[in-house]
Order: sequence, then structure tokens, then C-alpha cells
Amino acid sequence: MCDQTFLAIVFGPCDKCSNEKPLRAVYIKSEQLSYCSLCVEMMATEGLHENETLASLKNEAESLKGKLEEERAKLHDVELHQVAERVEALGQFVMKTRRTLKGHGNKVLCMDWCKDKRRIVSSSQDGKVIVWDSFTTNKEHAVTMPCTWVMACAYAPSGCAIACGGLDNKCSVYPLTFDKNENMAAKKKSVAMHTNYLSACSFTNSDMQILTASGDGTCALWDVESGQLLQSFHGHGADVLCLDLAPSETGNTFVSGGCDKKAMVWDMRSGQCIQSFETHDSDINSVRYYPSGDAFASGSDDATCRLYDLRADREVAIYSKESIIFGASSVDFSLSGRLLFAGYNDYTINVWDVLKGSRVSILFGHENRVSTLRVSPDGTAFCSGSWDHTLRIWA
Amino acid sequence: MAQAPTDPSSAEAADPEESSPNMIVYRKIEDIITRMQDDKTGGVPIRTVKSFLSKIPSVVTGADIVQWLMKNLSIEDQGEAIHLGSLIAAQGYVFPISDHVLTLKDDGTFYRFQAPYFWPSNCWEPENTDYAIYLCKRTMQNKARLELADYEAENLARLQRAFARKWEFIFMQAEAQVKIDRKKDKTERKILDSQERAFWDVHRPVPGCVNTTEMDIRKCRRMKNPQKVKKSVYGVTEESQPQSPVHVPSQPVRKTTKEDFRKQITFLNLQIDRHCLKMSKVAESLIAYTEQYVEYDPFITPAEPSNPWISDDAALWDIEMSKEPSQQRVKRWGFSMDEVLKDPVGRDQFLRFLESEFSSENLRFWLAVQDLKKQPLQDVTTRVEEIWQEFLAPGAQSAINLDSHSYEKTSQNVKDPGRYTYEDAQVYFKRSVFFISHGCIRTLEDKTTFHMLQLLNHDLSKDF
Repeated sequence: MCDQTFLAIVFGPCDKCSNEKPLRAVYIKSEQLSYCSLCVEMMATEGLHENETLASLKNEAESLKGKLEEERAKLHDVELHQVAERVEALGQFVMKTRRTLKGHGNKVLCMDWCKDKRRIVSSSQDGKVIVWDSFTTNKEHAVTMPCTWVMACAYAPSGCAIACGGLDNKCSVYPLTFDKNENMAAKKKSVAMHTNYLSACSFTNSDMQILTASGDGTCALWDVESGQLLQSFHGHGADVLCLDLAPSETGNTFVSGGCDKKAMVWDMRSGQCIQSFETHDSDINSVRYYPSGDAFASGSDDATCRLYDLRADREVAIYSKESIIFGASSVDFSLSGRLLFAGYNDYTINVWDVLKGSRVSILFGHENRVSTLRVSPDGTAFCSGSWDHTLRIWA
Repeated sequence: MAQAPTDPSSAEAADPEESSPNMIVYRKIEDIITRMQDDKTGGVPIRTVKSFLSKIPSVVTGADIVQWLMKNLSIEDQGEAIHLGSLIAAQGYVFPISDHVLTLKDDGTFYRFQAPYFWPSNCWEPENTDYAIYLCKRTMQNKARLELADYEAENLARLQRAFARKWEFIFMQAEAQVKIDRKKDKTERKILDSQERAFWDVHRPVPGCVNTTEMDIRKCRRMKNPQKVKKSVYGVTEESQPQSPVHVPSQPVRKTTKEDFRKQITFLNLQIDRHCLKMSKVAESLIAYTEQYVEYDPFITPAEPSNPWISDDAALWDIEMSKEPSQQRVKRWGFSMDEVLKDPVGRDQFLRFLESEFSSENLRFWLAVQDLKKQPLQDVTTRVEEIWQEFLAPGAQSAINLDSHSYEKTSQNVKDPGRYTYEDAQVYFKRSVFFISHGCIRTLEDKTTFHMLQLLNHDLSKDF
């Protein structure tokens, strides 16, 4: 004869479905309820989601954010500029316009360098895309896009093609040919298709893949040959305005910035967002990796530039001044990462000491907003494009 | 991670217009302008100036404005203050009383502050009918200071042609405006006339001047509902308002759903588990990187023999093309595997060394895998198969050695071929390069390669 434990069964209306059934006690968030076996079964398989209201989820998210901030703050033992006090101060800089490229009929919106350190491609509001040898200031190629506001352009790593797009919602690739008889537009290949304007594009480390960012809130990776979508990146809550690929030859990540004030770091393989940063007060117009790939800078309409470190998962520096009230439209680092060049909507370019946080120089010259800025591949100069229809090379 | 105290979903509740990029700048300027006019807290001296037979009411000199900006916004350079002042003028918040061109001069030129009614933050987009009424009105009044400039006369003529049928209506409005103006006090009229003129200088600028009302098309979607009837400067209502081609109707802001929050929660939990570095370590790392590369940064250490952009001599680039690398360049290869591979000469030397010292299979495998990632999609499956056959399949021609774990994983990956099929094998390769070259260094005769490998090994060792 064995001991038997009798389970007392309670009959009554189920707390969930109200039917008269044998009830079981269940505990949800420390509260005891009585459910019938069917409701217990349903609840166990569907999880506890039904009891989560929008408000409770929101609260949970908020409390997690708070906890995350607490954890990060524990590691914030010192400021970058404090540690940088021991670093030698930079000398006086004499940076001047060394070349002025005239030829666009309207606002210059974007530009990119060729790996040969002297050629550049630039695009404009009037639909024209021009390839220049900026050392001689000669125009080498020109193509007219079927749309206005060509907001993005990029040079292929091989130097044999360019990509561009804008209000047409597409990114098209044009092979560069020196055959006078060939019409560049004839060989055009439509690669990317978005549902809103194309804001940025970049080749990966080969001519075969292009990464794009769009006003439709997504980024995407495309195969150039077939035009096929390889991976899409969802997560921004508004237009994505800029992107930059991690500098490593073997790297598989990129950072994007958008009108939702967020900068997001993505894994190109999985399409997942790895890290996210939200400290700006307005649109992020430009993002650029620090040359080591461990950090990146951003420029925003809130008139500040900021440095975010990926290992600290945090903003580590702000570059701002009381007298700078117009938005920063584009940023780039010098080769060593010591200097940050930023173009602003007040027609100027400010040069920042990345480590010490101070402004090193202010460059005047453009007669309207600076819309785009890139340092050359060997760091000997940088190029700025402006709404005043010109591009300038500075060194 | 997220340090902003504001709740992202609060953007839905707040006025979207207020957070638009243009408005942010306008509010900052308005703050500056308000402080500038506040005489209790050291604002600029606004006076009435006597001139010839009349008085000039409510003016301030350019020099006073520049001085105020330098003092109150901590601007050290006069040029910078003049530039900022000119921008504030160009936006329409302050204007020279005797010039259509909106800039600021650091001298005795007189300026006046714009009336809040005409501030750009009111989102004016005045129609040509308003402009026509304005120019017409000016011609009706017999005052020297109201005479049309050449470009204004041209504009008026153009508008008369364009609005030929409506001209009677426009004329009537202009007359009505003149009547209203006459009733005002003389001094008040002087001020208002100048402010009205400055308003039009912003919205119909002098040819050659920057039109500061131009907008970045990417930011236009946050504009107020474009369907709404645009308000007229002179209270004129039009039945058919033409739709501006610039405005794209804004997307309705997507409300955050339960699913969005769940994703956020998962993401946040992952972030909390992430191992992060202390700021002090991060700072040291950033500083170390810049110190290592500062001698290669042409903006800080002048390039030798010269910076081509400054000297107009491309000698630097010609030297780089040659196969004889400088000491400095070799040193750079040692910083990281990336540096060796980025520099074509370095890459060449490194590959030749590996080839000569031990089996070339490992090397060719690594190169094939790097190349795979750059292939067009349609070729990927074939390449994966080819690589497998040549290097990894049993009985392969150029069999490479992988540890059993990596081999297992790779053979699984090959079943679903893609650009990243051989990632695990690559990690193993990097490791073997380290150990093998570490062993070989002692026997090397070539000083350049020896030096490079020493540095490279130091860098690779950080990975393990």
C-alpha cells in the first residue's frame, strides 16, 4: 500500500473564460489567479503576452533603458579630453583652398574620392553628375540623371564606375568609359530600388556590391550585376540620411544616421542592428568611422558633432560652440583621426581636435551651405561641396 | 547607449514643426536677437540718430552688433562675429536701413531689428501676388526712399505681364494698403516701411545674393500641411492656391506598437549583457592610435617631399607607385594585417614571403576566400564549390590543413553556399600565419620582411 496524496480540486468560474470548471492556481506577476485547465494550456503556449499592455511594455523598455544607462555610467570614469591633456597640443594650421572646381549649374549635394587620390565624382541638384581630375581641375566625364536632386554619389573601388541616385528612389551604376563615341548613359545599370529618395550610397570593398540608405527609413545591400537585394536593414524610425562602412578590409559592419536622431551600427551578414546611439537633439546628417574602426563621428542639425566609441557603447565627446548655431552637414577624419573636419550650413568648415575637444581652425570661402565633405584617400587634402555650385580642395 | 532623457514616442505628441531643422536655427537666432535688444542685460544701444533735416529712428551700428556678438557669444575672432552677424541678417532678423543686400559690416552703418511679424519662423511663403501688391504700392507713394531699385523695377514689369488679367485687383489692394499706411504715425511708418522692405529682401533677394529661404528637400516633409491655405502678407485670400512643387506630403508618424517595444526590450537586454570597456581604456586606445599614425597624417606632419596639392608637384604619388618602399612605409605595414594588405607593395611582399617560406596552398586559399566575398551573386555558388574541390575536399589538389572543428563547421556551411561560407576557416588561417611566421623570423635574412613580420606578429598576438 502506498501513500497517496490527494489533490483538492476547486470548482468554480474560471478567472479568464468564466466557465464553471475545475480550477488550477496560477501565478502571474506575483498575483494568484484561478484558471481552468484549458485556459492554463492556452496561456502556457502563448506566453504571458496577453497580459502585457502597451503601457506595461513601454514601462519595461523605459526601466531597461535606465538600467542600461546606469551600467554604462559605471564605466564612465574619466572624460576623453581629460586624458588627452597629456597629449601635445597641435600647432597653428594654415589650410587654404588649393583648387576650386566650377561647372555645376546648381547646388552640389554629394561627392566621393577615387582610390587614385586625385579623381572625384560630384552630383548636383540639377541632375548632373561630373567626374573630375581635381588635381588639374579638368572634367573627365559628365552624365545627366533623369531626376533632379542627385543626393548620393560614389566612386567604385576599381575606379572604373560610379554610382548615383536621389529623387528617382534608385541607385544606378555607370561604367566609366574613355571612348568618346560612347554615351555614358547608355550603359547605365539600375541597381537599387527604394520607396523614397536615395540619401546615400557606397560600394563595399568591391565593385560588385553597393550599400544604400533611403528616405524610406531603410538601408540595403545590393548585388550590382543582378540588381538583387542581398540584405535589408530595418530599425530607423524615420529617413536614413547617411551611412559609412567600417574601414577594415575584412569588416562586415556599417553605421547609419537618420532623422530619428539615432545612429545605428549594423551587421551586414545578418541584417541585425548591433548597437544604437541616441544623444543628438535633431537629424543626423553625416556619420564617419574613426580610422581605427573603433569609434565614429556624427554631424547633426543640432549644431554639434559627436564622437561615439563602440567598445564603450557610449558618446565620448561633443564638439560644439556657443557661436555655432547652424547644423553640421558632413564630417570626416584626417588620416590619424586627430582632426575632425566638419562642414556646416553657415557656409563654414570647422576643424576640431578630436582628442582635446577644442576647435583648431575655422575655414571661410564657400558662399552658401557646405553640403558634403570628404578627406582624400591618402589624407593629403579634403574636398568640400557647397550649395554655391562649387567644390573646393583644401590642404 | 541611449542617454537621451526624452521618450522617443513623445515626438508624436509634440509639434513636429517645432523640431524641424530650420526652426531649431530660427529659435536660436531669436534668442540671440532678444538678448541683443534687452538693454537691462547689456544689449546693444538702439538710438534715434539725427541726420540732415530728419531723424533716423531706432537704429544700431554694425560695429555695436559685432562687439556684442564677440562679448556675449565668446567669439574671439572678429571675422567670425561678422560672419555670424551677416548670417543673422541674411536670414532676415536684422537689416541695413539703406541697402537691399543683407550683410553685416563692422563700421558705423546703421541697422534695424526686424519686427516679429515678419520673422522667418512664421513660415512665410509669400506669393507673387503679394509681391506685386508690394511693388505696386511703392510706386504709388512719392518718397525718395521708396523708389524702386533696378532689379525691383524689372520684377514689377515681369509681374505686370504675368498678372495682366488680375492687375486691377492688385492695384486695388495696393491702394488700400497705401490708405492704411497713411493713417500711421510718421516715425512708425519709417520703421515699418524698412521692415517690410527687409522682409522682401529675404523672400525676393537681390540677384546674386543667397536666397536663405531655400530648403533642403530631404527636410521638407516635416512642413505644415501643404494643403492648408497659405497666409497672405496683406490679408489677401485667393480661391486657388497653387501647390508648391517642393512639398512632399509628410508621412503619418507610425505609432510604436507592442511588437516594436518587444523588439526594443530584446535589444536592450542584449546591450545590458554586452561587455564594455571603461572610458579610461577607450581614451588610451584612441590616443595611442592617433600617436601611432600622426607621422603619416599630411595635415599634421607635412608630406615628404611635398604635398602635391600645395606644391602642384605630384612627386609624392610617383614615389608611392614605385616598388621601393621607404622605411616609414614598411613600418606602417607592421601596424596591422589590414595595413599590409591595403598597400599593394606591402601585400605583394607579404605574399611572396609566405609563398617562399611554406606551402602556398594556405595563402592561395585565403586569397580565394577574400575574393569570394567580392564576387557577383550569380557566381558565388560555383566559386564556393571550386574552392571546396581545390582546397578542402578529400583528395584535394592543394589540400590545406584545418583543425577538425573548423573543418566540420565549414563542410556544414558549404551545403548552403554564400559569401561567408569560409569565415571560420579564415580565422584559423590567421592563427597559423601567426605561429608559423613567429617560428620563421629567426631564420630570415631579408631585413625588410623581418622587420615587417616582427611588427605584424605583435599585432596578430593581440587577437589571441
